[in-house]
Amino acid sequence: MAATFHGVRATVAALSSSSSPSNSFGCKRLISSPSRSFSVRKRASFTVVRSDGSVNFDLNSKGRRAQQLIANAVATKADSSPASSSSKPGHELLLFEALREGLEEEMERDPRVCVMGEDIGHYGGSYKVTKGLATKFGDLRVLDTPIAENSFTGMGIGAAMTGLRPVVEGMNMGFLLLAFNQISNNCGMLHYTSGGQFTIPIVIRGPGGVGRQLGAEHSQRLESYLQSIPGIQMVACSTPYNAKGLMKAAIRSENPVILLEHVLLYNLKERIPDEDYICNLEEAEMVRPGEHVTILTYSRMRYHVMQAAKTLVNKGYDPEVIDIRSLKPFDLYTIGNSVKKTHRVLIVEECMRTGGIGASLTAAITENFNDYLDAPIMCLSSQDVPTPYAGTLEEWTIVQPAQIVTAVEQLCQ
Amino acid sequence: MALSRLASSSSSSSSRSADLLKPLCSAISLRRPISTDTTPITVETSVPFTSHQCDTPSRSVQTNAKELLTFFRDMALMRRMEIAADSLYKAKLIRGFCHLYDGQEAVAVGMEAAITKKDCIITAYRDHCTFVARGGTLLEVFAELMGRQAGCSRGKGGSMHFYKKDSNFYGGHGIVGAQVPLGCGLAFAQKYSKDEAVTFALYGDGAANQGQLFEALNISALWDLPAILVCENNHYGMGTAEWRASKSPAYYKRGDYAPGLKVDGMDALAVKQACTFAKEHALKNGPIILEMDTYRYHGHSMSDPGSTYRTRDEITGVRQERDPVERIRKLILSHDLATEKELKDIEKEIRKEVDDAIAQAKENPLPESSELFTNVYAKGLGVEMSFH
Repeated sequence: MAATFHGVRATVAALSSSSSPSNSFGCKRLISSPSRSFSVRKRASFTVVRSDGSVNFDLNSKGRRAQQLIANAVATKADSSPASSSSKPGHELLLFEALREGLEEEMERDPRVCVMGEDIGHYGGSYKVTKGLATKFGDLRVLDTPIAENSFTGMGIGAAMTGLRPVVEGMNMGFLLLAFNQISNNCGMLHYTSGGQFTIPIVIRGPGGVGRQLGAEHSQRLESYLQSIPGIQMVACSTPYNAKGLMKAAIRSENPVILLEHVLLYNLKERIPDEDYICNLEEAEMVRPGEHVTILTYSRMRYHVMQAAKTLVNKGYDPEVIDIRSLKPFDLYTIGNSVKKTHRVLIVEECMRTGGIGASLTAAITENFNDYLDAPIMCLSSQDVPTPYAGTLEEWTIVQPAQIVTAVEQLCQ
Repeated sequence: MALSRLASSSSSSSSRSADLLKPLCSAISLRRPISTDTTPITVETSVPFTSHQCDTPSRSVQTNAKELLTFFRDMALMRRMEIAADSLYKAKLIRGFCHLYDGQEAVAVGMEAAITKKDCIITAYRDHCTFVARGGTLLEVFAELMGRQAGCSRGKGGSMHFYKKDSNFYGGHGIVGAQVPLGCGLAFAQKYSKDEAVTFALYGDGAANQGQLFEALNISALWDLPAILVCENNHYGMGTAEWRASKSPAYYKRGDYAPGLKVDGMDALAVKQACTFAKEHALKNGPIILEMDTYRYHGHSMSDPGSTYRTRDEITGVRQERDPVERIRKLILSHDLATEKELKDIEKEIRKEVDDAIAQAKENPLPESSELFTNVYAKGLGVEMSFH
């Protein structure tokens, strides 16, 4: 990673002069291409996203402002016309609201769904995902727990054994390390060790990932620790559309599902459909079809990848970007089809290099699609260090768009 | 078990005075009427209850001949089953960990007598007898212990993972203390669904020092859950005596704000009384702790001789003074509910039952290789994994 490290420093220095003062990360300017349209198999809409994940503007409202960061995070339908926002179907909301909507709809639909976590009730949730739910559904369905992750996760699992469908929130996914025994041994394994007698339809969710200088203990990426647990499913949401869809699918699933959210993505805005929909838990999302290279990513790194994609497009590359979404199990069908098309793979992830999702994905692709690869799989992950507090150091811990660009260039030589 | 009362000759005539109270038909029937007799008998528990932050239940326990004979039969069955498991383990038919419950039978049997199948029980790894008390069959036990298809968990759980969903027996857990939060979750579900039932979450004196217990108790007390935490105190956490592991070995008091009751766990009637009391309490007032003062004859598991940290005199002493099966036998004989020969016949019958179950289990096939991948996920929105 030494070469790219220098690259990052250089890029950061170059960009710092053009960054907007409010952004400690160093804004990355993007060029939007509203005329570009792609055919996708799923319903999609415009999303406008800053790379640092702060509040956004809809592409169609009042046009672009100067210095604005715009990226098409979700590819648009070929036939959708860029009409004004008021006549578009669906409704606009932020990602945390989408999560809440999904949760609320499922709680209305099924009286067995309940939520438990710290400060999710009266306080409304530290990220407002459960705001208003306690007033609507009462204290027995929206439960404020004491700070006792090990036991309330265990209680959620026990309740799930009887047929209730609890949604357990970890205020920060890192705190759920205290409940690792319950998640691993009870949640994951009880269906198997009881010979199929019990199902555990629990959803364990919460924000994780590297945030804004939150410090090492609050910047945990649990997906690498949890991925080995047999019996659980793991998904990572990245847009309001898939956040709501995955939340609903997770609640409806008979299996224990861990829904990984990201601290910096809660304020993403998107227009989502009014009608009831779910996102398949095991499916990956085609973000941008392409020909030259398959870039596999998830959660926040999707936006770094899309930002890098703009630069790559300008340089003449045609990357195919897939948000893998399902971290366990991998959607090897979508991924495989992409590998067969492009023959080059770059994985961009936020968890640490050692034992991360990228490591497992590399192994899975190599095992299954080795014959289709023209080059070794490249994997960009966060450094194997505790996340430092200082802004610049934190920036260098995670993968930045410039590194992604360099990596694709290397891969496509 | 068709025995003519007139034909038996083991008792002296003085104890036959009870005959006069028996219905006339007994004189001519071949079936002994005693085994279904439900005339109440009052028995005093061996020791009074001690309580913490609550009243004690009465020392006088209502029982009847039928119940006492059921106690005897069930406990003798459990005893025989565990001893048979010991032999099977030494014959290497049972592998891995095997934690035997002999000595502690009264807790399982007494608890079952106080509750219904709507109430939930969850325990740790010493679960064979609790499983049987909840209605599990001997075949399911031995087949599971030997890893066969007919096992209660299809051979995939093993000794520490017995479950019986239809009688609300939630296992069967290997990690010390982890079952207590699960148990409080069961109690939460019961409250949520307005079941009017309670959950008994069992743990040992070793697990009593787990933080998650206190966390779960706190939440249960805050939310008024019908959870009953039962500490089966057999005085040793594997090789560590309770006084070396717990600063305060008064486990019934450890709940602090939660009331507690100390019970002689070797007296099935005392256990029954305490559980009845606890159920009533938990439904009205939230969690309560029961400490069952009990003892295990075997070591912690089959790999532990059980004699390096306690003397053989102690073990034989408890067996002589406090054995739960003997206590019920004496009770039955002193109340003239059955003759010694009849009880011995019951035991012979049980022996045969156990041997038959073992033979049947030995015949039972091992799981198919495809079973490796079943039940990892539930079908539906999840996937069944295949080898890749």
